[in-house]
Amino acid sequence: MSLLTLPNVVAALVVLSLNAYAVMGGADYGGGVWDLLASGPRKKAQRALIADAIGPIWEANHVWLILVVVLVFTCFPVAFARLAVVLHVPITLMLIGVVLRGSAFTFRTYDSKRDAVQRRWGTTFAIASVVTPVLLGVCLGALASGGVGEADLARGFRSVLLDSWLTPFALAVGLFTLVLFAFLAATYLTLEAATSARRDEEEALHDDFRRRALWSGVAVFAAALLVLLLAGAAAPRLRAGLTEGGWALALHLVTAAAALTALAALWTRRYAVARIAAIAQVSCILWGWAWAQFPYVVPPSLTIAAGAAPPITLALTLIGVAVGFTVLVPSLWYLFRIFKGRETAFQRVGEHQ
Amino acid sequence: MPDLLAARSQMAMSLAFHIIFAVVGIGMPALMVVAEYRWLKTRDPVYLDLAKRWAKGTAILFAVGAVSGTVLSFELGLLWPRFMQMAGPIIGMPFALEGFAFFTEAIFLGIYLYGWDRIAPRAHLAAGTLVAVSGALSGVFVVIANAWMNAPTGFDIGPDGTPVHVSPLRAMANPAAFSETLHMVLAAYAATGLVVAGIHAFMLLRLRRGAGAASSASTAASRVSASVPLVPDALAFHRRALAVALLVGAPAAIVQPLSGDVSARFVAHWQPTKLAALEGQFRTERGAPLRIGGWPDEAARETPFALEIPYALSLLAFHDPHAVVRGLDDFPRGDWPPVRVVHVAFQAMVALGTTMALVSLWAAAVWWRGGRRRARRDADARSVDSPTPWEAWPWLLRALVVVAPMGFLAIEAGWTVTEVGRQPWVVFGVVRTSDAVTPVPGLIVPFVTFTLLYCGLGVIVVWLLYRQIVKTTGPRP
Ligand code: HDD
Ligand code: HEM
Ligand code: HEM
Repeated sequence: MSLLTLPNVVAALVVLSLNAYAVMGGADYGGGVWDLLASGPRKKAQRALIADAIGPIWEANHVWLILVVVLVFTCFPVAFARLAVVLHVPITLMLIGVVLRGSAFTFRTYDSKRDAVQRRWGTTFAIASVVTPVLLGVCLGALASGGVGEADLARGFRSVLLDSWLTPFALAVGLFTLVLFAFLAATYLTLEAATSARRDEEEALHDDFRRRALWSGVAVFAAALLVLLLAGAAAPRLRAGLTEGGWALALHLVTAAAALTALAALWTRRYAVARIAAIAQVSCILWGWAWAQFPYVVPPSLTIAAGAAPPITLALTLIGVAVGFTVLVPSLWYLFRIFKGRETAFQRVGEHQ
Repeated sequence: MPDLLAARSQMAMSLAFHIIFAVVGIGMPALMVVAEYRWLKTRDPVYLDLAKRWAKGTAILFAVGAVSGTVLSFELGLLWPRFMQMAGPIIGMPFALEGFAFFTEAIFLGIYLYGWDRIAPRAHLAAGTLVAVSGALSGVFVVIANAWMNAPTGFDIGPDGTPVHVSPLRAMANPAAFSETLHMVLAAYAATGLVVAGIHAFMLLRLRRGAGAASSASTAASRVSASVPLVPDALAFHRRALAVALLVGAPAAIVQPLSGDVSARFVAHWQPTKLAALEGQFRTERGAPLRIGGWPDEAARETPFALEIPYALSLLAFHDPHAVVRGLDDFPRGDWPPVRVVHVAFQAMVALGTTMALVSLWAAAVWWRGGRRRARRDADARSVDSPTPWEAWPWLLRALVVVAPMGFLAIEAGWTVTEVGRQPWVVFGVVRTSDAVTPVPGLIVPFVTFTLLYCGLGVIVVWLLYRQIVKTTGPRP
């Protein structure tokens, strides 16, 4: 059996988009977590740095989620319908989080600069940033554990609508997602140019986030362990996929190497290396989950091949996405060069000297 | 509240909310780009100020558009999983393309909003242009998907009731796609342009009143200028804003009725039940009259209180005064849409659209005459800041103020016509709305939750815009 079938390629595209969402959009949620946890003498400066980092890019990063949804309903319509029915409650709650996060962030930017007003929007933004990724993780956990696939609609809706995702395992995946996003954000923030701060203050800020990145990096290990432990009972197939076979071992080794590199680089203040390693770590985790779940879209029974749309739809979607990427990739590169590039940091230093 | 009704209400409420922000997301970038272009061309700093202020308002509206649009993408599944399971493979393609239009729009809007000092002026203008183009494109793609729901093509129904011979390209090229996308994009420019024109016409009227008071009594003038700044800056600001807004809005509003005629002929050909509901036409008739006003009575099967123009409906819908128009009586009762809602909404849209077109024509005529006169005068002496031709016509300014909200009202009315007129089908003639709804119970809970959430957002957005735009368009510090 060849792995390179049309449905598999499209499924990989879905995971790729989810991966992009995690490393770009995920960090924006993580920024909200650090806004909530801002502390110490530079509390205000920390929040300003986070807002500067997220401002220009969060709406673009957010579109990855929409791309995931669209690809799933176009290419795996049965899976989409199933997810939307069984996970109606957590998805609805997540959407409320999405709405509050995005609008409160924007309102804070454009409302009065008085402290009380700013804190009101800031708190809404920060709490929504914590709740939303947990619910996203819960949905993925419920899917991976087979909770979505096994839910029996005939058994009465109220139990299906809650029981399939209110499990220790799914909640642990939610927590894991949150910690992971916070870790990403803290790592990125060690590189963020503080446009409104002096040079020494910027270094102090970077140090604040270095400490946060190190702590949350350790928390990622703890949360991962918790997920793996709970998987034993809740998602044995997933755990088997994650622990058995040569590929699984290789993936674990790469993930562990990336994680240790990230921590070591943070420790030695090689922030650019830490950023790459953190991205690699998150990506490995996501692809590890995808690999463990393969060949199912909705475990335990709906396979990628069986759930896929007609080949013509898949082929046209692939072509459309390929054309789209030729526009998207240079545009994204341009966006990140303008706002995250090295030269902007240098420009600022020049201005202040 | 039955679950089906709750689901329909939630969908209608979410879309009615989103469309306002989506329309602004299509129209405002065009206004900003024109203003910024004028700034680069003339180096008149007021244009730069204008572009920057408009950009701030757009940023707020865009964010709400983005989050409410995200909710919609999920709601298609949360509320209509059986519809999406059937329609996804057929009509997912334009949604995927729309995704890339969103990417381009969001990326270059980020660059536009935060990049004033970071990139070269021409690159900045180019970024704005890309936002405007991709905004229009995202509207086009999603409306193509909706057009397919009105004119489903690109598949056959197999023996087990599921679609076979799926052809996403033929589905995208459905017969409603052209008329619907054209009408929608024009609607976006007309509505945004005229609402902005109305706001600035209002400010100009206020400034004129202030100026009148100032010349009559100098003590009164100082009091007036405390609340209404009388600086030439403010005057120059609103004059340029009015000109740019009319440039974008008026042409679209003038051609919109023609585009509406194209839409109506699509409906006449493909959705006879919708046409009959639009017109309150119960009996099949040769040489049917056009009804203006009227209050359809489904039980009695007639539309009393209407002004009837003989032969006009046959003429408009089929371009032949003796064409046969099928009435609702020709169709089973179970296939009728709610006639009264559709008819009244259609009347409202046409009345609003006619008013908008007439006022826009008036403004165009004044500009045409004023432009020629100004050219003659400018040959004599170059004035630093000459008044716009429209200011000589206070009644035109007042009319623009009255017309300001009409575009958005017409859009809501038009979508009511399209969507309620498609009932009882979600995919016209293929899938009934009642068969598409989710089996999840208790749908009134999310309906009420999202309604409250959106009401709150609406209030906050209005307040912030007021704060941002209206209160600060005085003199610059
Ligand atoms: C600025 C807004 C605006 C204005 C001034 C008009 N419309 Fe409109 N109309 C819309 C905004 C709109 C809309 C909201 O954008 C709709 C809903 C779906 C669509 O394609 O456009 C629409 C739908 C729509 C439909 C239904 C199409 C369908 O169901 O597929 C018809 C027949 C018309 N319009 C006809 C007209 C006529 C004859 C107008 C003459 C004055 C007019 N519209 C003005
Ligand atoms: C005729 C109806 C619609 C039009 C014209 C329209 C147009 C737009 C536009 C221009 C935007 C850009 C954001 C903004 O400026 O506010 C937008 C945002 C969005 N719309 Fe709509 N839309 C319509 C209906 C829908 C529907 C039915 C869906 C769901 C399937 C949808 C999904 C979205 C999404 C996901 C976004 C967010 C994109 C982002 O993050 O930038 N829209 N829409
Ligand atoms: C943004 C402008 C739009 C508005 C204001 C709007 C309005 C409405 C309304 C009033 C209903 C309820 C009809 C009823 O049940 O009587 C509805 C239903 C629906 N609309 Fe739209 N609509 C818009 C655009 C779209 C687009 C672009 C799509 C899809 C691509 C779409 C898909 C649907 C679906 C799936 C339903 C539910 C099924 C049904 O009631 O037929 N709508 N919409």
